[in-house]
Amino acid sequence: MSALRRFGRFWWEFVVGDDWRIAVGVVLALGATAALAATDAPAWWLLPLAVAFLLYVSLRRAAN
Amino acid sequence: MTAAFLVASAFLASAVEMVEALTIVLAVGVTRDWRSSLSGVGAATVALAVIVAVLGPALTLIPIDTLRLVVGALLLVFGLQWLRKAILRASGYKALHDEEEAFARERAEASAAGVELRAGLDWYAFTIAFKGVLLEGLEVAFIVLTFGSAQGSIPLAALGAGVAVVLVALVGAVARHPLARVPENTLKFAVGTMLTTFGIFWSAEGAGVHWPGGDAALPVVLVFVLLTSIMFVSLLRRRKLALA
Repeated sequence: MSALRRFGRFWWEFVVGDDWRIAVGVVLALGATAALAATDAPAWWLLPLAVAFLLYVSLRRAAN
Repeated sequence: MTAAFLVASAFLASAVEMVEALTIVLAVGVTRDWRSSLSGVGAATVALAVIVAVLGPALTLIPIDTLRLVVGALLLVFGLQWLRKAILRASGYKALHDEEEAFARERAEASAAGVELRAGLDWYAFTIAFKGVLLEGLEVAFIVLTFGSAQGSIPLAALGAGVAVVLVALVGAVARHPLARVPENTLKFAVGTMLTTFGIFWSAEGAGVHWPGGDAALPVVLVFVLLTSIMFVSLLRRRKLALA
């Protein structure tokens, strides 16, 4: 494995860890939050709920 | 109040990582050679200080909203990783971290490794201590940089982390034994909760959210994350018992 690939893999595992779906989910949730915040509607509730949902799904997968 | 959370989070994260690093350093120090092990610790500490000193000022040049969005998102992903592992450990789905076991394993590996001298140092002891402190310390550096830059006070976050490093080093020097009595798994649960909370708070702000009550919303988010995590632990425990 090349040094560059090892370096990239190290940082991927360091930040993203065991479940990449959480990282993808966070990005999607932040996109939805930004879109909602751009309207007049309150957007503060969306991210905490999305995080709880992502955690639930990830834990369920791990427990199975 | 945010400053207190900031220092407490950096302190707890640093303490728990340094307890793990201490186990590695003690194992190679006791089994191999103290001078080489401590040289490895010194070199890793310098490397970590350089990382914080170089990246810290660079991060302050980024506009605060962009910084909070990017740093908050990174912190959230990183924090959820900690929290997920902590919940799986607390519910019995993942083995608890055991410092005594880690110490015994490190000692066995250190005894079995051959001797190679470089620059007058036992190279095995030097590299294992260096890698142990650097890898555990990188998580602390990451937390100090993200917390500090998003809150606009890297020195405050570094202070919290630095106090923990000194404290763990002093206790370790006196005890000369892994700090197995430190409630490491509980601390990791607490740190995961705090990282996730700050990640939610800052990334949402960066995405354009206005929290009701401003900074006063932070403890409310913390309570939400904590209660949600405790509920997941309880659900998973019940599920495990039902399957047993």
